[in-house]
Amino acid sequence: MKTSTVLFTVAALLSTSAMVNAETLRWARAGDALTLDPHSQNEGPSHTMRHQMYEPLIIRDTDGNFVPTLATDWAPSADNPNVWVFNLREGVKFHDGADFTAEDVVFSFERAKQPNSDMKELIGSITEVRAVSDYVVEIETDGPNPILPSNLTNLFMMDKDWTEANNTVNVQDFEGGEITFATTNVNGTGAYTLVSREPDVKTVMARNEDYWGRNEFPMEVSEIVYTPIQNAATRVAALLSGEVDFLQDMPVQDLARVSEADGLVVKQAPQNRVIFFGMNQGADDIEADNVEGANPLADVRVRKAMSMAINRDAIQKVVMRGQSQPAGMIAPPFVNGWTAEMDGESVTDVEGAKALMADAGYEDGFSIRLDCPNDRYINDEAICQAAVGMLGQIGVTVNLDAIPKAQHFPKITDGATDFYMLGWGVPTYDSEYVFNFLVHGRESDIGTWNGTGYDNDEMDAKIKSLASNTDLEARNADIASIWRTVQDEQLYIPIHHQVLNWGMADNVGIEVDPEDQPRVKYFTMK
Amino acid sequence: MLPFILKRVFQSLLVLIITGAIAFSMFTFVGDPIDNMLGQERTMEDVERLRAQLGLDQPIPVQYVKFLGEAVQGNFGVSYRQGREVSEIIKERAPATLELAALSAVFAIVVGIALGVFTAIRRDGFVANFIMSSSLIGVSLPTFLIGILLIYLFSVELGWLPSFGRGEVVRVGWWSTGFLTETGLKALILPSITLGLYQMTLIMRLVRSEMLEVLRQDYIRFARARGLSERVINFRHALKNTMVPVITVIGLQLGAIIAFAIITETVFQWPGLGLLFINAIQFVDIPVMAAYLMMISVMFVVINLLVDILYAFIDPRLRVSAK
Repeated sequence: MKTSTVLFTVAALLSTSAMVNAETLRWARAGDALTLDPHSQNEGPSHTMRHQMYEPLIIRDTDGNFVPTLATDWAPSADNPNVWVFNLREGVKFHDGADFTAEDVVFSFERAKQPNSDMKELIGSITEVRAVSDYVVEIETDGPNPILPSNLTNLFMMDKDWTEANNTVNVQDFEGGEITFATTNVNGTGAYTLVSREPDVKTVMARNEDYWGRNEFPMEVSEIVYTPIQNAATRVAALLSGEVDFLQDMPVQDLARVSEADGLVVKQAPQNRVIFFGMNQGADDIEADNVEGANPLADVRVRKAMSMAINRDAIQKVVMRGQSQPAGMIAPPFVNGWTAEMDGESVTDVEGAKALMADAGYEDGFSIRLDCPNDRYINDEAICQAAVGMLGQIGVTVNLDAIPKAQHFPKITDGATDFYMLGWGVPTYDSEYVFNFLVHGRESDIGTWNGTGYDNDEMDAKIKSLASNTDLEARNADIASIWRTVQDEQLYIPIHHQVLNWGMADNVGIEVDPEDQPRVKYFTMK
Repeated sequence: MLPFILKRVFQSLLVLIITGAIAFSMFTFVGDPIDNMLGQERTMEDVERLRAQLGLDQPIPVQYVKFLGEAVQGNFGVSYRQGREVSEIIKERAPATLELAALSAVFAIVVGIALGVFTAIRRDGFVANFIMSSSLIGVSLPTFLIGILLIYLFSVELGWLPSFGRGEVVRVGWWSTGFLTETGLKALILPSITLGLYQMTLIMRLVRSEMLEVLRQDYIRFARARGLSERVINFRHALKNTMVPVITVIGLQLGAIIAFAIITETVFQWPGLGLLFINAIQFVDIPVMAAYLMMISVMFVVINLLVDILYAFIDPRLRVSAK
């Protein structure tokens, strides 16, 4: 009698725990959020964590379209070209029960503009944010800014009263090691609330039953357990053994293994990141080559030849195991200004490349050092190794120097490399972002990642004018013409678009987000 | 005796300062932390400002002297990656590593001695030979491979044990322990076997050879002649005399277990000091790297110092030569 009661209880417990488990999402990726302060550290995993608990005015869907979140609609003001008007969602409450109003929006923007904020560059053009009524906000910029909404998709809204009451109005001084109330506590409007957090170990979140979109979104996950697992093999093992339901940062070599495993699926989508080589064409002579008194890279024929020597399909097949899309331009496909035609412009033609090299006077080739990171992009070092062999076919002897990212990137920004690999994502989904950093001549606050030495005043003026051109058609025409020059000058050698993979148990339903930002409110659990 | 100890202490301090200097001069080769700390939208002004704020614009010797000055007062600075006091982070991470190291040491000592005695007594038995030859695998396989193999077998295939993390931990004051919960104990099994396997085989082989040596000695033969039981001879007389060198090795290996937990912790995502250090290297988190390396060198120096002093107590000749 007793035994059967015990058995019954155990069985009951097991079945309840199974029910609870079905709604818990155990989620792992390589890294953890650096802080919970919404305006400190503009960085991927930190934003991912915040997106579950805080919300910006607008977010993007998986196709890159804007989705109303805390703002229901927005438009440039009819009276003043420098002003955007945002209508806010009514009836939204913060986790502590306070109402979300225009006052909180004004406060959050002011907080995000503080010197310690990491988001201040993105909203640098904003001069004033005004509350017109409880649910209408006007944002004024220092000139017409047609793409302002693009910069607001990671700008999270905080409650003014909560922040003031907890003495955390100032953004944490991250470099100074400051811990504030907001770095360890959360009061957002988001679909999940913070339950507990141990940095780098585990973070637990629970469903916010009072969320404004409770009936609008699936919200089938009742509890999120987030664990960073750094070692790639361990991460995959955790998914294979069923200890994790959802995995970001899937290692490419394990994709086949995971998709063949029972009960697991891998989903993929093109990522917002393109991989390419940069060449220093601006200098009269470069250090990394064996040509004295001249710079072979300054000749557009040499640059074209080098691009033609790269067999992108082979890299896709052999190095990337199919996990990439060969690229012909240095912008991801969903960016405004991208065209399929330009993205298809890279063709492999070794004979043609040899002819171009001979034309340029380098029929005997030359040797050059290629600087490459070995821990930043998917198979970065292997891609460079493949390129070494391909460039060797046209007489360009490449000495590969593959080093950790912490040493590689300073070389690009300090101008200490003449031939390098770089990857670029476009958070604003607009070509202007690419031009500002990679095409505009290098100055202290613009063109910072342009290591090519390319500096064309006419182009610079055109790029600068994009920021305030509200005539979208004329602006797009300018963008197209800038791209044409970039392509014709072969400023960069595009390689491919990275593909993003998420691994998950087959009861988890979610589509891959090109920015690698899963939002758990969209998850379904069968 | 006192001058000997003072001389040793002075030498230890010198070793510490030199180790620190070597570590610091190597940080420049790890990379530029600024690059990881600021996003891709940064301007040159941001870079300059942060560099000056962190004192990275100063020459390495100046940075090192500054670090020493602060470290003497117990201040190790602020982690670049986590934005928190390094001493806080180390205090938070230490229990995980120490519990893992302790359990690995117990595993290595108990299993190592038991198997060592067994293989010595049954020198020619099939089982003993099998243990001896398979122990070669334990010595020659790299730690990460052993860890991955164990995960594959016990987590992925059999599903008995967790593949990562510490499980549920209980807080006792500032100490977090995994010994008090079932998931915590389960999570300890694979990492401690992985970490302790090398030391286990080392102790086993050492015990075996010492034991064989001792068993050949005259007093063992006399004990046999007196008609003492095998158990008494093996465990009371033989084992006791093999323990002196074994204890020395165990003492020195204990430091190694803590210091080399890095790889095991990475494989099992064990939230301890080793994982902290690996993260720090990848991010060029200089304050954490410096504090960790100093801590490990202090640990080794102290262990060696104690061993030296103990030897001096045991062996009077060392004392004489020190004068």
